[in-house]
Amino acid sequence: MAGTVPMTSVQTSAQASPATTEAAWVKWLLIAAAGLALLWLIVLPLLIVITEALKKGWDVYVAALADPDALSALKLTLIVALVTVPLNTVFGIAAAWAITKFKFRGKGALITLIDLPFAVSPVIGGLIFVLVFGANGWFGPWLSDHDIKIIYAVPGIILATLFVTFPFVARELIPLMEDQGTQEEEAAVTLGARGWHVFTRVTLPNIKWGLLYGMILCNARAMGEFGAVSVVSGHIRGQTNTLPLHVEILYNEYQFSASFAVASLLLLLALVTLLIKSWLSWKNAH
Amino acid sequence: MSQVNAARRRVLPGFGLTLGYSVLYLSLVVLIPLSALLLNSTGLSWEKFWHVATDPRVLASYKISFLTSAAAALIDSALGLLIAWVLVRYEFPGKRLFDALIDLPFALPTAVAGVALTALYSQNGWIGSLLEPLGIKVAFTQLGITIALMFIGIPFVVRTVQPVLQDAERDAEEAAATLGAKRFRTFRTIILPELIPPLLTGFALAFARGIGEYGSVVFISGNMPMKTEIAPLLIMSKLEQFDYAGAAAVAILLLLISFLLLLVINSLQRWTRRSVR
Repeated sequence: MAGTVPMTSVQTSAQASPATTEAAWVKWLLIAAAGLALLWLIVLPLLIVITEALKKGWDVYVAALADPDALSALKLTLIVALVTVPLNTVFGIAAAWAITKFKFRGKGALITLIDLPFAVSPVIGGLIFVLVFGANGWFGPWLSDHDIKIIYAVPGIILATLFVTFPFVARELIPLMEDQGTQEEEAAVTLGARGWHVFTRVTLPNIKWGLLYGMILCNARAMGEFGAVSVVSGHIRGQTNTLPLHVEILYNEYQFSASFAVASLLLLLALVTLLIKSWLSWKNAH
Repeated sequence: MSQVNAARRRVLPGFGLTLGYSVLYLSLVVLIPLSALLLNSTGLSWEKFWHVATDPRVLASYKISFLTSAAAALIDSALGLLIAWVLVRYEFPGKRLFDALIDLPFALPTAVAGVALTALYSQNGWIGSLLEPLGIKVAFTQLGITIALMFIGIPFVVRTVQPVLQDAERDAEEAAATLGAKRFRTFRTIILPELIPPLLTGFALAFARGIGEYGSVVFISGNMPMKTEIAPLLIMSKLEQFDYAGAAAVAILLLLISFLLLLVINSLQRWTRRSVR
């Protein structure tokens, strides 16, 4: 259910009359307690990935990343993101346009259905595609007759990833476009602009940062998804292994340094995502 | 009103195209695959379903999932309130970095969180080695599952409480202070009641996420049946044994719970939005 939280910028200055602030010692005590909670819950897990990855030295680290299996996992992860992010972006824009620019019956139900994948366990997100395309599934016999592999192959991984990252862009755009209303677009139409132009010239400039925000969240999840992909992948090294699955395989083989080296790549992805996110919120606030 | 609707529908282009595409894509990627589970594609009989659903190992996995998710969401609610409060009400060095790091669990792949937490809490890990002499075991226990779910859930609470706290009017607080109320009393009687809806929403979001979570838990839990095996893991192990009907039975139960939680969360979010206004 990540990403259910709208883009908010946190730019408050806590300036209030002394009557509604705490004594200085209370304030610093609370800040220290919150800082400790952050250190314990979030900073330590972050630091241990880096120290474990570099524990056996730089050479082992580089070797783990240059390993052919790691490289093919990286390649597959990039392919999956390159396919799923654009598809879910197009859907997000179309759904947000229909939902926010028009009134129709069943709109509330449609919004709830779009949220559905966030509520469903990722393991179920993988299982359902096994039930549809697996050997015993709905299309299983037909697929095997035509020699098409979906489960335990790349198409299955893409489908499962599409499912779990489905709501990200739509969720970000719907509240944003709702706030902006329809007046600017209606004015453009009145002045003679045609469909596609209305979108690219009027709507897109207004939503571009929110759109980008939804896309980077979608991308982070697409590259990092584990549970759903684990069900449909079959864990074939060099073929159906994504980076998160490679972390698991190395870990279960007690190759901890190599496992954490690959994990550090994914940590880097997370940190870059957070950096862009902060930049976008800052941009949005100014 | 209907005139406005008609006018709007005429003025802006693309209604049929965008709605049609959205519904088609939603059906292909989400609804049809999900219906494979609900339309009983595995030929699961009622007897078999009942047999699986009441199996002690399955019941135990649900109990563990519920207890650990509830405990994690509860602790997250308290810590999340503290963190949101500090971020909204105070200025201090490093605040922007602090604020950005709260979202790390959203951005970090769950498998990475899983191996990192296991390394921290194993017998010779940074925290595990400190707790070992005290006789506290975290890795491969339900405590470990709870800590993993706390990591996953904390941003949900912070990010739901934060905006409400931000928009809260300070008038009532000032009035209470003017009337001589002590600061803590003002917090308890004026501020906290306003924060109940977002806190409940945050709790429910963290809980719902915890019930379905897999990646961050699978490493630290040790996956012992009846002890540390959570429901999503049980689906996985049934699949690995090619017991599709069994996996589907456990998944249907889990799915129904998720639907219920989604409805609860939706109404909680409406309540939160109302209380902001």
